[in-house]
Amino acid sequence: MRKLLFMAPMAIYVALMTAANATTLDDIKKKGFVQCGVSQGLKGFSSPDDKGDWTGIDVDLCRAVAAAIFGDPGKVKFTPLSAKERFTALQSGEIDVLSRNTTWALSRDTALGFDFRGVTYYDGQAFMVRKSSGVKSAKDLDGATVCVLMGTSTSLTLADYFRSNNMKYEPITFEKDDEVVAAYESGRCDTYTTDSSGLYANRLTLKDPGEHMILPEIISKEPLGAVVRHGDNQWGDIVSWSLYAMINAEELKIDSKNAAGMRESDNPEIRRLLGTEGKFGEGMGLSDDWAFNIISTVGNYSEIFDRNVGKGSPLGIPRGLNALWNQGGIQYAPPIR
Amino acid sequence: MQKQPPWNDPRVRGWFFQMAAVLLAAGFFFNVASNTLDNLRQLNVASGFGFLEHTAGFGISQSLIEYSEASTYGRAFLVALLNTLLVAGFGIILATVLGFVIGIARLSPNWLLSRLAGVYIEVFRNIPLLLQILFWYTAVLSNLPRPRESLQAGSFLLNNRGLYMPAPIAEAGFGYVLWAFVIAVFASLILWRYSQWRRANAGAGLPVLWCTAGLLTGLPVLVYLITGAPMHFETPELHGFNFSGGLRAMPEFLALLFALSIYTAAFIAEIVRAGIQSVNWGQNEAGLALGLRRKDVLRLIVIPQALRVIIPPLTSQFLNLTKNSSLAAALAYPELASVFAGTVLNQTGQAIEVLAITMAVYLSLSLATSFAMNLYNSRIVLVER
Repeated sequence: MRKLLFMAPMAIYVALMTAANATTLDDIKKKGFVQCGVSQGLKGFSSPDDKGDWTGIDVDLCRAVAAAIFGDPGKVKFTPLSAKERFTALQSGEIDVLSRNTTWALSRDTALGFDFRGVTYYDGQAFMVRKSSGVKSAKDLDGATVCVLMGTSTSLTLADYFRSNNMKYEPITFEKDDEVVAAYESGRCDTYTTDSSGLYANRLTLKDPGEHMILPEIISKEPLGAVVRHGDNQWGDIVSWSLYAMINAEELKIDSKNAAGMRESDNPEIRRLLGTEGKFGEGMGLSDDWAFNIISTVGNYSEIFDRNVGKGSPLGIPRGLNALWNQGGIQYAPPIR
Repeated sequence: MQKQPPWNDPRVRGWFFQMAAVLLAAGFFFNVASNTLDNLRQLNVASGFGFLEHTAGFGISQSLIEYSEASTYGRAFLVALLNTLLVAGFGIILATVLGFVIGIARLSPNWLLSRLAGVYIEVFRNIPLLLQILFWYTAVLSNLPRPRESLQAGSFLLNNRGLYMPAPIAEAGFGYVLWAFVIAVFASLILWRYSQWRRANAGAGLPVLWCTAGLLTGLPVLVYLITGAPMHFETPELHGFNFSGGLRAMPEFLALLFALSIYTAAFIAEIVRAGIQSVNWGQNEAGLALGLRRKDVLRLIVIPQALRVIIPPLTSQFLNLTKNSSLAAALAYPELASVFAGTVLNQTGQAIEVLAITMAVYLSLSLATSFAMNLYNSRIVLVER
């Protein structure tokens, strides 16, 4: 009996230690799904539709990762997180990947213990005001009360912008996106600031979207991307190459409809991407048709962009910076070889 | 007596098992701590408290001390702590006053008054506090008009940016008025003592309440007028988007203050009622038989005895109110849980340090409050002879 008393805690420690040492990919394969951290509802990026299914460009990235691993984009579970909760959830291992319109910035990449894995969407911060306020430029906002999301890079950029332009402001910070929007709509604030994509998305939810306008100034660089814990490079590679596969597919004009036919293409680049030639999945612990599974089930980058935020969606945001590098934008993926 | 082997000696066994339990617990906590540190190092997460000296870079809407985006996280912590103390301090005062009034009204022989107090208590203590906070914030305060259409009463303004009041600005010579006030306070103290002495020796006290009120207001006002009114009021004026100048209470602060004090007052009212009812009815009758008026019976006989029962649970309510102020994170009032355990945690990613500091702060606030209340309690406790 006494022996057992000592053995039991030891056994628990040993179990904990081994669990901590397994790789993220092994864990995911064992449990059978990817646990993906998303927002609590930002249209176009991650929000549940009327049937309760998650949709959005950030959501599609997670589905792509699931398709790369399991060949099935459905093997993913979503954890809605507030901006405040997101980093702790990733650090603690509650989620495997954070795909929640999160800005890539130095301190997050280094001191927080994370790795950013590519840029899903190039964004920039802007302001929304009431048309009746008569404000035409962000430079007119001296003395304004500003609604902003708590603990975001947005709130820091906001502080920098007013400081560098020698203007005064009063920040009203909330933990949730819908609380910020509600406060702006009730007139608690003169202006609402977040990434411009977020402004377009949230303007749709206002009572009278035509009442409000987005000011022309873009005051920051906001490269939004997926984040993983620092230290498990194999898992990080899977996440970044899932994105690159979709961008490369757009460049090579492979989409979800023609992917199957393209496998027999003569173009070696297409053959490598779709796994007909070479063994490119091996290095990541995946099968060689990993990219084919992504493209045939989730689509290429232009498909996920258009249906979530682009011309096929209510948001109707132009490609802009997010066009491919050879079409006037800066989306660029390293080659698969 | 036959000598027992040591493993059959109950004292040795007891000692052994207690040591084993202590060692196991110590080993467990050591393992947890070292495991955490290992994992943090492996993940390359920064640790330690150095971040408190880094630049915060974010703005805070209400600060009692000098603060700007260029201040440090440590400074932001102080700002947040003071905001917590501000709302907790005002909340405790308001809740206590309100709670006593309602608790006594609950026992009033006036049917309507006691029923109204009963309804108040049952409504406010049975609705979750978070809902009450959101009610005050979204249903009441955010429906106020925009700054340009403010409700105005004299120099007081009310709009959805808050309650604006004229701010008194002291001029040279105002110090005399303050001194006059201090002198008035001392004079009233002496008066109270003298009145007590007179009551004990000559049988009748002085009308102390009126004298004190007269002293405390009359003397400073007299000096104020003699020195030529060395003070003016700065009134709020509309500049651009908002009013500036004057004093201002944010709607977030008001909503939180209302919700916290109204909610806590319902509990305090019940505690006060319990305290008063714990005093034997015979004490009332004895007081009335001596010819004391009802309010004197309450003030001189019932409440001093009731306080013994009231103080310990009242202390818990004060602690609850302080800790409940952390619910403010839901409505953008910049207090400790929202600024420090929210924004700062998010920016630095140092959850363990930030949460440890936050918990330590709430713990020390609670311990300090209960220490003060225990001191008071030991003064009023019934001394048995």
